[in-house]
Amino acid sequence: MSLLTTLARLEAVRAGVAQPLATVRHRHVSERPFALVPLAAAGETGAPLAMLLGSDREHPRLLTVPQPLDRDLRFAFLARLGDELLPYLESFGGDVELLERNVKDPESGEKTVEVRELCADAPQLIVPNPGGVELLGLFGRSTRFRRTAEDPDPGPYPAPARVPLLGRWLTHLSERANVPGSSMLLPLTSTLARHWATGQSSLEDAHLGALLAWIAPPEGSRGEQAASRAENGRDERGQLLVPPAGPATDPDFDSLLLAPAVTRYDAARSAQDEPLTRARAEEIEALLRSVLLPVWHQVWQGIDLLRELPPAAHVVERWEGDRWSYTGHRDRVAAGEPPQPLHDDAVTAARKLAQREREQVRVDLEEALDDPLAMAEHRLAGQAFAGEVVEVQPDYDTSGRSPKPRPLVTVRTEDRPHLDPGGEVHRAGGPSTQRAELAWLDAEAGLLTLRLLSGMGRKKEPEPGSVPEQGEQVCFTLFELSARQSAPLPDPEDTPWTHGGPPQ
Amino acid sequence: MSTHPSPAAAPTPGEQADAAVAAILASALHGGERGTVVDSPPGAGKSTLVVRAARELVATGERLMIVAQTNSQVDDLVDRLAQADAGLAVGRLHGSDALPSEIATRHAGVVASTKAADLRELPVVVATAAKWQWVRDTDPWHHAIVDEAYQMRSDALLAVARLFERALFVGDPGQLDPFSIVGTDDWAGLHHDPSQSAVVTLLAHNPGIVPHRLPVSWRLPASAAPLISDAFYPFTPFRAGTESGDRLLGLGPATPPPPAGLAPGLARAADEVLDVAAESGWGLLELPARLTVRTDPEAVAAVAAVVARLLARGGEARSERGTAPVDAERIAVGTAHRDQAAAVRAALAALGVTGVTVDTANRLQGREYDVTVVLHPLSGRPDATAFHLETGRLCVLASRHRHACVVVTRAGIPELLDAHPATEPVQLGVVSKFPDGWEANHAVLEHLRRHRVPVG
Repeated sequence: MSLLTTLARLEAVRAGVAQPLATVRHRHVSERPFALVPLAAAGETGAPLAMLLGSDREHPRLLTVPQPLDRDLRFAFLARLGDELLPYLESFGGDVELLERNVKDPESGEKTVEVRELCADAPQLIVPNPGGVELLGLFGRSTRFRRTAEDPDPGPYPAPARVPLLGRWLTHLSERANVPGSSMLLPLTSTLARHWATGQSSLEDAHLGALLAWIAPPEGSRGEQAASRAENGRDERGQLLVPPAGPATDPDFDSLLLAPAVTRYDAARSAQDEPLTRARAEEIEALLRSVLLPVWHQVWQGIDLLRELPPAAHVVERWEGDRWSYTGHRDRVAAGEPPQPLHDDAVTAARKLAQREREQVRVDLEEALDDPLAMAEHRLAGQAFAGEVVEVQPDYDTSGRSPKPRPLVTVRTEDRPHLDPGGEVHRAGGPSTQRAELAWLDAEAGLLTLRLLSGMGRKKEPEPGSVPEQGEQVCFTLFELSARQSAPLPDPEDTPWTHGGPPQ
Repeated sequence: MSTHPSPAAAPTPGEQADAAVAAILASALHGGERGTVVDSPPGAGKSTLVVRAARELVATGERLMIVAQTNSQVDDLVDRLAQADAGLAVGRLHGSDALPSEIATRHAGVVASTKAADLRELPVVVATAAKWQWVRDTDPWHHAIVDEAYQMRSDALLAVARLFERALFVGDPGQLDPFSIVGTDDWAGLHHDPSQSAVVTLLAHNPGIVPHRLPVSWRLPASAAPLISDAFYPFTPFRAGTESGDRLLGLGPATPPPPAGLAPGLARAADEVLDVAAESGWGLLELPARLTVRTDPEAVAAVAAVVARLLARGGEARSERGTAPVDAERIAVGTAHRDQAAAVRAALAALGVTGVTVDTANRLQGREYDVTVVLHPLSGRPDATAFHLETGRLCVLASRHRHACVVVTRAGIPELLDAHPATEPVQLGVVSKFPDGWEANHAVLEHLRRHRVPVG
């Protein structure tokens, strides 16, 4: 945790309300998001118990598994989840924009124009917390390889028709959620915690109810009281006032209410009393609805809070990455490609890691450029400085054939960058990318004299507007302002001997 | 003598090391496996081995590529190769924004270029792994040497392995593991986890490769080798190449008055811990227990005080290489974080001290000094995270010195360790590393406790 975040948390404790960590919203929030609040059954990994879902906040759909250990009921649940979710996911596939790019034919070397489709928008799924993302990934893993009645060899236990397709989408979405800066499957707690500092630990921030209690405490109450009530408050039946946002349920709910209800359901079912079984299943539904509905409202409250922040400048650009990701998966499904493998081969794993590292660097840089509070972290760490230009002196590099502009810009700053003469800096928020080096510094007076090295055009005199003027506010960073390209990797069939050769 | 060793006499360190090197070269040149792996403890002559292996491989008439991890490592290697054989033409392949250092290009035989094609015909070409990854459209080299292979990531090896047929991998398994800025749990337990070290992947896919070991540390003094060997290499012990009387650190009297910026009490404690370290090879300067920010001003001042007093008193290092003064160039300060290093640099500058290397553990890897001053990674912390407990970090910091190492810390670290047992999730299929950082930290502190000097 950075010093600035620690400070913000201390301020939050004093003020009794969460403090902003961002001036803008760093994640995309769709106009038509699809919220899911999943619950998992205790005792078995990835066993669904219930889910409240939908894109209509007034009319959520409830799906339940009255006996979570029953595989048929589980897959009936997943089939209904597919019925709810797949139409939403597929609804973005039709509206496309056409992009042209020049490509060279690898064999003939001829240049041709390739037209590619990019979906105009992409779906956005919002779950309460990272545990929800993980659970959806587990659903994907347990369903994408299932055979259905339509398969040539359906096997003894065919799954409902669209269940494997749902698994492939859930797998794709949960993988995409691991790419830094992506917004296609968004866990709410970590997204909110990126934008607000509460007066509690980051572990406690993982509780959606407590987190919202800090960000928007009820009238007349302080964050810590509201959070404490959200975490520990119980009613006369011993049930939590604010049920946990899943996927795990409260053990007291399980043992006092849910388990007896499931036992009654089992009894009715084994007596083959259909009306009674249905009544018992409805009892379970009512129970689960009572613990899911409060979370449902919290999720939409969180979305509202995020929507109040203006979007950061680079969010649209990053969302385009999600649109490409969506379009790519849509095309793979349409082309009839097999489901994603259980494990990545060596080359795919390395490619994914490279992509995630590149995106992490990119999102850190873009957040710093978009948000003065994010840049302040770097300034405090001595990795950036901001200040006013107090003097500009034209100067030239005459070593080459024609003189090049190398003006000296003196900046007064109160920041203390870890920078020695000769060190390279990069201009943030300038008209174009611009490098400079520190010519000399007067640490006492806070004066840094920089020699601009690039971004001034090709002529002897710098392009108008490319050199900051006296009195202008400028900001420079010690780190480069674009992510480095990743090195090429071999094709999977060329995996070298050091990595076990090509995958079988 | 050496042709008729008496069966009873134990081999000398020199004989042990020679036998190990001969076996390594035989395996690299003619072994049945395409890869040869050499594990080298700190200061065991890894660089010497690389230079020697390079010359022997070149002598067979084959062209050789060498992969190192950082530009400064590449420049160092080129310099060593050129010094060892002035007639050897060495290619220094570099990126367009990373010009080679003068220490590499000053040699007549060194050719620097950004294009592999320009250097293709030279007997040896050296570059970083990051640069080699971009080399395309070229026939593979027959031999490669991969230096600091334990700091190379598996995905980097995946990108360069197409360039060579056989390779000698040299590195120190006890130093810092490679890391990633993103989570890598998705691949934990896979043989080819792209975030693990290149050697781990190589050995998992080529079970026939049995790592060789260099058995003698020529850098670490007799006072340090047993501790480092026990704490960090419990299953692959090594010994010091010198005996306890071979290295002496003589300090001048503590008479020069401390400069104005240095509190007299702190200066006295610094003098005392320096005397202890000169005598025993280790010193622990302990500040009162306190939770602090990372750049703890008192701890930073104490580190600066030790360095300033050492330089003010003047020291003389006597070793098998002869006698030399301990000047600023021969002293290093090691920290866990970059902001700590920056704070120490500022504190030293305020005391008028220049020329002392101050850097993080990551950047001190592979370097060697007479005296090191270490800011303990856990000093003043409220918690012991995996980063601060990493075995390699402490190992790097505690094994850079030829004579003495002074550790500066807040009191209370054993209690902190006891309150924070390792809680990293266990991943299926991942081989546990021994010793873990928790245990290694305890072992080192237990030893340092005997050389403790309290402040205030």
